[in-house]
Amino acid sequence: MTASPAATDTMPTFAATPWRERAEEALIPPLVALLVALICGDLLILSYGQSPAVVYRLLLEGTWGNAYGFGQVLYKATTLAFTGLAVSFGLRAGLFNIGGESQLAAGGFAAALMGLVLPGGTPLAIALVLCMAAAGCAGGAVGAVPAYLKTRFGAHEVIVTIMLNFIVLALLNWFIAGHLHVPETLHTPEIHAGVLPRLADLDPRFHGSAANLGLLVALIVAVAVWFYLFRARGGYELRAVGLQPEAAEYGGINVGRVWMKALTFSGAIAGMGGINYVLGYKHYYEDGFASGAGFMGIAVALVGRNHPFGVLLAAFFFATLSQGGLAIHAFVPKQMMDVLQGVVIIAVATSVPEVRRVLRSARRRSDA
Amino acid sequence: MNPVSFLMQMIRIAIPYLFAASGGVVAERSGIVSLTLEGFMLGGAFAAVVGTHYSGSPWVGVLSGMLGGLFFAAIHAITTIRYRADQVVVGVAINLLAIGVTRFFLKLFFASSSNSPRVTGFGGNIKAGGFDNPLLWLGLLAAPAVAFVIYRTPFGLRVRAAGEHPQAAESVGVSVKRVRYLAVAISGILAGLGGVYLALDQHQFTDQMTAGRGFIAISAVIFGRWNPIRAALACLLFAAAETLQIQLQGNHAIPSQFIEMIPYILVIIALAGVVGKAVPPAALGKAED
Repeated sequence: MTASPAATDTMPTFAATPWRERAEEALIPPLVALLVALICGDLLILSYGQSPAVVYRLLLEGTWGNAYGFGQVLYKATTLAFTGLAVSFGLRAGLFNIGGESQLAAGGFAAALMGLVLPGGTPLAIALVLCMAAAGCAGGAVGAVPAYLKTRFGAHEVIVTIMLNFIVLALLNWFIAGHLHVPETLHTPEIHAGVLPRLADLDPRFHGSAANLGLLVALIVAVAVWFYLFRARGGYELRAVGLQPEAAEYGGINVGRVWMKALTFSGAIAGMGGINYVLGYKHYYEDGFASGAGFMGIAVALVGRNHPFGVLLAAFFFATLSQGGLAIHAFVPKQMMDVLQGVVIIAVATSVPEVRRVLRSARRRSDA
Repeated sequence: MNPVSFLMQMIRIAIPYLFAASGGVVAERSGIVSLTLEGFMLGGAFAAVVGTHYSGSPWVGVLSGMLGGLFFAAIHAITTIRYRADQVVVGVAINLLAIGVTRFFLKLFFASSSNSPRVTGFGGNIKAGGFDNPLLWLGLLAAPAVAFVIYRTPFGLRVRAAGEHPQAAESVGVSVKRVRYLAVAISGILAGLGGVYLALDQHQFTDQMTAGRGFIAISAVIFGRWNPIRAALACLLFAAAETLQIQLQGNHAIPSQFIEMIPYILVIIALAGVVGKAVPPAALGKAED
């Protein structure tokens, strides 16, 4: 396409648009998506012969209505925050990381190995840092492969990350099934060090829920990602590459290096998410623990509009859906949430360009 | 290893790839990214089982399976062509949506979260080794038929023009949007048929039964550099790797997990451009104003 004035007009710009317009363009698509999802949800509930009002009330009661449900939401939101931040970090550089699934699993596996190697009684602060470093390295290594193949050979990162999901999960299955499992199970022995305190230790009302200190770690990582993206030079380069790789290259940025960095860090962030399950919940690595959380990170990143704090809110939203699915399962199968997840992604992706177009043409009319 | 039985097994494994990759070629040549093949196949497989189950005839299943693929193709086409949504993002979401929708309706229709009841299929004569299945022959014809349409018909010329230079196509009066709608619909129907073959061959639908086959098919399209015949050859190559994997499974020297990886590793090697630089259609993935 040639760069006509109309085409450049629809391009996102760095800071030229006033904050109100940016807020409208950022917030309206998720709201539209929520509305579409609610309508689809109604139809699915009706197809099961149930009343939407009853089911939605049940959903809210089972999630935000009691401390246990809320704790479970926070626990699920923690993993989703990591995978969502990972996807959004890649998308900011214009790269679509679909490998969250295997990066999360690899990270969890590495964290468990570190927890097994460290002697019991290692201070939590040291054990946590070491486990997170191990998880980040493992996830980052998985993320570096598509980055290298893209930079060096131009292989599309989407298909490579999908293929790597299959390969890495098979590899982890081989490690666990063949070497490291407790007999009769598909998980490792319990870790000696790095066990994170649960929320229930602070407030007994959360008793039974898996929410743990990993939540705080997720918040810290989100702030770190925000700082990097919007306050550091590297993040500026990363976003420039994401908006216009050719222009960034012309401006003296090494695009290949930025891609390497973006996907490696993206994988590392997803990998660190493994600590929530391994250090915070089960205290061992179990084959298949990551199933679904990596893909849901895509939905989280899109609904969160690729902003770290938006991602946190979106993670909370999708965790609510996921936990809510369990709460309504007696009435409507929890698989309904799988449908709604897809609906939300499509609705956001569709309404983003549409909302921008409608808002801008409305503004042009009011200016004229 | 008996070479004849190896070849026959390889062809049976290749059929879903051949259907889906042929569809993928059409859509991608028109400028629409086909990461959606996985979802189209899954939709086709599920609809085929529902149709066959309620009618008792696999031919009704074939028809409903084509509609199943078409349903998800319609969502992809409307969102990306009419609303210009990002094709890759929607494509990934279509796959997730297909998993969710088939799971939900599997529960609704068959009260199961894992598989449907058994349905009838085609053929079944042990001696024929699957070659008495009309869908198998249809699958073998898919790529040559697509090659003919793409290179020898006016519609094919329009598809290629829409994918290479949409403005030029528009300037001579071709509606790029209509061509792309049709191309995506064809890809939905063809990939749906791939799912139909899979489901009727196994006589049931199981949750996520396509298991990444759509991604292997789109890799075959890229590996075959968007040429239907070369894409079909790539499908056969991936199928050969998978057949080898199955035949090696009794061998305990190599852990089964490593053998499982073979097709996926092949795909990555193929994508890394070992066969030469792949040049996609110029307007692939770009929304038309």
